[in-house]
Amino acid sequence: MIKVNNLKKSYKDVQALNGVSFRVSAGELFAYLGPNGAGKTTTVRILTGLAKRSGGDAWINGFHIEHEALDAKRQCGVVPQTINLDNELTVFENLTIHGLLFGMPAAKRTQKIRELLDYVGLGDREKTPVARLSGGMKRRLTIARALVHSPRVLFLDEPTVGLDAGIRRRIWALIKRVQKKGTTIFLTTHYIEEAEFLAQRVAFLDEGAIIAVDSPRALMSRQGAWAIDRVVDDNVKTIYFKTKEAAREYTATQDESFSFRRVNLEDAFLALTGKKVK
Amino acid sequence: MYGFFAVYYREFLILKRRFPKMMASMSVSPLLYLIAFGYAMGKSVTIHGHTYMEFLVPGLVAMSSMTRAFAIGSEINISRFYWHIFEEFQAAPISNISYVIGETLAGVTRAFFSVGIILMLGLFFGIVLSYDNPLFWLAVFLNSFVFSSLAVGLAMVVKSHADQAMLTNFVITPMAFLGGTFFPVDRLPVWAQKILFFLPLTHASRAIRAAAFRTPVTYSSYVLLAIIGMLFFLGAIHCVNRARD
Repeated sequence: MIKVNNLKKSYKDVQALNGVSFRVSAGELFAYLGPNGAGKTTTVRILTGLAKRSGGDAWINGFHIEHEALDAKRQCGVVPQTINLDNELTVFENLTIHGLLFGMPAAKRTQKIRELLDYVGLGDREKTPVARLSGGMKRRLTIARALVHSPRVLFLDEPTVGLDAGIRRRIWALIKRVQKKGTTIFLTTHYIEEAEFLAQRVAFLDEGAIIAVDSPRALMSRQGAWAIDRVVDDNVKTIYFKTKEAAREYTATQDESFSFRRVNLEDAFLALTGKKVK
Repeated sequence: MYGFFAVYYREFLILKRRFPKMMASMSVSPLLYLIAFGYAMGKSVTIHGHTYMEFLVPGLVAMSSMTRAFAIGSEINISRFYWHIFEEFQAAPISNISYVIGETLAGVTRAFFSVGIILMLGLFFGIVLSYDNPLFWLAVFLNSFVFSSLAVGLAMVVKSHADQAMLTNFVITPMAFLGGTFFPVDRLPVWAQKILFFLPLTHASRAIRAAAFRTPVTYSSYVLLAIIGMLFFLGAIHCVNRARD
């Protein structure tokens, strides 16, 4: 569904993307995990036609992102990192304009908008000006807007950034539901738990390059299954174990305080890059 | 080509929502000009056989259609830099030409609203000219088209709101005062007339005034405005394409 070959992007002296390649299958939820400035948003901007590539190629559902730009864009729904709703217009009007941009006939458009507003829990807010919605509602509305034209691929660029834990979980449930309907999802995030919970495969991105792609479980298991964090000389030192028993045996020999937990994607990222995602 | 309607419809909805405020705001300057210049000059001053008030109203029509059409640039800027709505258009399967048509027509629509307000104010002051002359409306359309297209192109080039305000100060304000709005250009020194010949507003004022007075129009002004408008329109398409990144 998404095919990216050696994609490059440079801004004057800065190399934002350094030859990125990956494939995302139809119906898959693929997460792009990396720290701020790794190149996540740049990738989304190029794939969705908001920025031009400096090199390489990419296809969305078989359509080249530049040579067949309009066809490629018809396949995509985009939820940008910065909410870009029209605050002066109502909830319904925002979605109507999106439907018009994608050439949807009036009857189908209205029906789809009403369905989606119910789907994201905003069915009773049709006539509310967007300015009066909360941050979580705006985010749900942005997701609904991206789905109005029934895209084959949904790009979610940091969809839960700045939201509190409760709203974040509600958005995750919504994303899962969208994927279950068969939509391919490309998610960028710097939240470890988001990638772990949602993604079938995760790509680690650092300094404009992909350093690993695999399922969350496979990436995490490279380190082991359990971890113990200890404070040593004002630094947190983490030791990894294959089994819970091995970790317990180790803790039995320790006097000082420690925390005992499962290995997560942060550990895997740290092992590969020497730095944390956040 | 359905994309242009979506772009236009969005601007239309915003215009509809703001219309009461906008109407009041569109009335202030022309009203002040009519009171200050119209009454101050009195009916004793005549220009080319018309009272100054009669001379002023078509000039205000030209000026107002220019400024209101150009103001679409500020709206685009707010969409681009503040609300990021421009990205929604960029990610949609619409061509650059559709986007430019939508925004340009939105600028033209605003210009026509402002002209309507001036004509009503003129009526209030007892000024009724030949508004049923199609050449009057054609000149208003071409003038709006020129400045709306220019605004769309420039809105893609500027980097901030401050740049946009600066453009208005350097391009629009001088033209508003020197383009034949408040006084006839032919009363200026020849060298000044030669310079002002290159301003689109000079041709627009001349064409709108001649049509409103039902005196012979200079068709070359219409042709020139159409050519300039098309050049700005093509420039705007090019600028939208470059605005990515």
